[in-house]
Amino acid sequence: MGRYILRRLLQLIPVFIGTTFIIYSLVWAIPGNPFAGMCGPRGCPPAFIEQMTQEYNLDKPLPVQYVLYLGQLFSGNFGQTFNGIEVSTLIQNAYPVTLKLATIALVFEAVIGIAAGILTALRGKGFVDNLVLAATLFLIAVPVFVSGFVIQVVFGVQLEWIQPSVGSDPTIGQLIAPGLVLGSLSMAYIARLTRTAMFENKRADYIRTATAKGLKPRRVVSVHMLRNSLIPVITFIGTDFGALMGGAIVTEGVFNIHGIGGLVFDAIKTQEGVTVTGVVTLLVVVYLLMNLLVDILYAALDPRIRYD
Amino acid sequence: MSATDDSTGGSSESRLLEVEDLHVEFRTREATANVLNGVGYHVDAGETLAVLGESGSGKSVTAQTVMGILDTPPGFVTKGAIRYRGEELLSATEDRRRGLRGENMAMIFQDALSALNPVYTVGFQIAEQFRFRRGMSRKDAMAKAAEMLDLVKIPNAKQRVKEFPHQFSGGMRQRAMIAMSLALDPDLLIADEPTTALDVTVQAQIMDLLDELRRERGMGLILITHDLGVVAEVADRIAVMYAGRVVEESDAESLYKRPAHPYTEGLMESIPRLDQKGEQLASIKGLPPNLANIPEGCPFHPRCHRATDECRRKVPELLELRPGRYSACHFAEELISSE
Amino acid sequence: MTNAGEGQQRILAAGAYAEGEIEARQQGESGDELPGTPEPHQPPKQEKQRGLWGDAWLELRRKPLFIIGSVIILLLVAISIFPGFFAPGDPNAQNLTLARQGPSADAPFGYDSIGRDIYTRVIHGARASIVVGVLATLLTVAIGSLVGLFAGYFGGKTDSFLARFAEIFLGLPFVLGAIVILSVFNAGIQGAPGTIRIMLQVILTIGVLAWPISMRIMRSAAIAAKQQDYVNAAKALGASHTRIIFKHVLPNCLAPVMVYATIALGQFVGLEATLSYLGLGLQYPVVSWGMMISDSQQYIISTPHMLLFPAGFLVITVLAFVMLGDAVRDALDPKQR
Repeated sequence: MGRYILRRLLQLIPVFIGTTFIIYSLVWAIPGNPFAGMCGPRGCPPAFIEQMTQEYNLDKPLPVQYVLYLGQLFSGNFGQTFNGIEVSTLIQNAYPVTLKLATIALVFEAVIGIAAGILTALRGKGFVDNLVLAATLFLIAVPVFVSGFVIQVVFGVQLEWIQPSVGSDPTIGQLIAPGLVLGSLSMAYIARLTRTAMFENKRADYIRTATAKGLKPRRVVSVHMLRNSLIPVITFIGTDFGALMGGAIVTEGVFNIHGIGGLVFDAIKTQEGVTVTGVVTLLVVVYLLMNLLVDILYAALDPRIRYD
Repeated sequence: MSATDDSTGGSSESRLLEVEDLHVEFRTREATANVLNGVGYHVDAGETLAVLGESGSGKSVTAQTVMGILDTPPGFVTKGAIRYRGEELLSATEDRRRGLRGENMAMIFQDALSALNPVYTVGFQIAEQFRFRRGMSRKDAMAKAAEMLDLVKIPNAKQRVKEFPHQFSGGMRQRAMIAMSLALDPDLLIADEPTTALDVTVQAQIMDLLDELRRERGMGLILITHDLGVVAEVADRIAVMYAGRVVEESDAESLYKRPAHPYTEGLMESIPRLDQKGEQLASIKGLPPNLANIPEGCPFHPRCHRATDECRRKVPELLELRPGRYSACHFAEELISSE
Repeated sequence: MTNAGEGQQRILAAGAYAEGEIEARQQGESGDELPGTPEPHQPPKQEKQRGLWGDAWLELRRKPLFIIGSVIILLLVAISIFPGFFAPGDPNAQNLTLARQGPSADAPFGYDSIGRDIYTRVIHGARASIVVGVLATLLTVAIGSLVGLFAGYFGGKTDSFLARFAEIFLGLPFVLGAIVILSVFNAGIQGAPGTIRIMLQVILTIGVLAWPISMRIMRSAAIAAKQQDYVNAAKALGASHTRIIFKHVLPNCLAPVMVYATIALGQFVGLEATLSYLGLGLQYPVVSWGMMISDSQQYIISTPHMLLFPAGFLVITVLAFVMLGDAVRDALDPKQR
């Protein structure tokens, strides 16, 4: 097991380097002058350009710049923005909010999605199944910015059940509606995934064996069917966490949540390359670590997976 | 019309299991398939009944209906009776039937790899029955599970209960399956092609084990197979099925000596034999009938070399020709008294 | 995977097997059955063998999901080819005196904040959504399938290299990645960008980020297909890799990729709208639903029709593609039935 984890960890290194390098080169290799349009219509003062060039080694070839940047990053230095604010401070303020939001979304999608999937599988083809299928179809079809908008206006502005604009330092309660919006698409996927896996396993030979042993239907379902069906679902939930954090940008925009999505979005608009690369690198790390966790979990849940 | 009522002379109450005129349909959107069309057989305690037939003859479906694990839909019982020690099962409550499963009747399946749950240890799956049917503690149940593995001659049983099905060899897996089915000491065991997925040498070991366990425990054993060779050594009686009916029933010895149905004849001619070197192996021509559209008359007539106009019109009944020998063929008398 | 049997039938039919044997094989995987007696299907199928695609078509024609989805899509395609036929006006024509007027007989969907006719704009916005969705899907599936096919077929080092390469792109957060890429593209624009350039940017961005998903699907399908006997047979007969890949492996991997493609189409239409909503995707002079929804933001309370109609069209379009994808998946993947 230890060796398996180590091997997976080693495999992640080239992926980490590749992904962050792409982002780095995209941000800094913007065609033309990286400072064009950065400091407003009058252009950047030459002193600033010189300082940045030196700090980020912009006069060296791109790969060298990247390696030097990574070195800085690993020693905990995320750099400074144009205004001299530490990027690490910005990230420290924004990260917990997005983390909270993504966790709420994850809990919602897992609980509701799995419950709906199990329900349809148990009831069999019929009204409930069709209802859940139609609901998931709808959730998949409505883009997050539309559903976020509608919920904001209906529940926030007209009914005043929720706060339409969350602002900085939100409570868990304020993040519930945005979390539901963020998790809605994955919720639909999880419901369908659970349903499909349950339907497939329902006909499996070992379910017939369990029934033939005279076990109560509840035990057959909760022990024999569920465990096997949840393996793909848990895999999905794990990899989805990274996607939720990176995908929160739209939801955060709609509900005015000051998370990393907004941070990156503003940074891209003002061409704050340092902020963009810092945040995206952190997101990539989260994504890769969640993938590693899923691999380990998978091996733990399915004894047929070999560690070699 | 069924063979079971008056064969071997026993009364209904002494019968371990009796299946009578069982009809099962498989309903799909396109068509309805008549999978069972009046199956009847019986098993007594301590006896081995071999049920023989091609895939699709309905032998497994009959067994699943007996156990109460037929998938509904698509399968529906439309007619007939199943009696366990005289108790009618088709009208019994689901709770009662579940109570019988494992406790009184158990089943082992062809492919033990897929019949065992891949994510739980073999021991867990055996112990489950002790825990939830006998109320034993987790630890006691596990010890009993190891005992069961020991009973089916799996070496090093105490260690192997902790292993997963995929860590067992094919033969060992089937032994574990047998151990699981016998956990609650049932008096009827249904083995659905228990050796088909195994190597030839292992096949014999498993058959010997089943035979031995049946004798020791006085169980009734229904052995479902398509392999006449397997049947020869262990079966007391044989029921041959075709298109959802029993077409011949007999004690094993007489059937081997002189089959009383052309289909059985065909089955026997298609086994390779050492004393017929060089001869071409015979096969039954044609395909088994489409169960959604079974031919009129004797369902076997399109493939039968003896078929006459009568066969094409009239379904032959299963009749007793000699004591304990039944056949559903218009030419049964001719066949049985030939040579 | 799903359609290994079909290829087997084709090979058998082409080979030197006797007629009866082919039929016997077609009945299903034969185990160690009685010699000379093939096993029947249970429950029996219809008499004629149709193969996967034929079966799928018959199944599809009966599905209400498929019929509704197809009708909507056909209508949308017609609208995007001939927008002038459905709405003859100029989508960018403004008349400030009409600004934010509600639906009326003249303008069934009303006017937006600067007096543009929403109906005309919604109709003309269909083209951008459909074109971007279709082309992005084609690009994604083409790159992903090709890479996946090679990775799955050759396996070993090629496979692990290509798999790692795909993971690099999977590691990029989708929306964030798209924003970064698009802002790079946009930074390179001098003066007013042309319609084609703007659309191409969005299509390329989606393609770059989404190809690894179809690559994974194709890869596992190719791994399953290459283990089939007919591939081994072709190898034994000395067929070249290229021939085996495109003649034998590819046709048997198409079903799962097709299923993905139909569902992806809907998602990409939604994604394009999201990017345009963020102000990074399509821009003036192109008319797009995402932009219209973005425009409606400040007026949502006073002028809800500004959001309602473009959002409604967007949702219905995505829904139609997802429904179609659902129906196709059910038809092509017998496991789900």
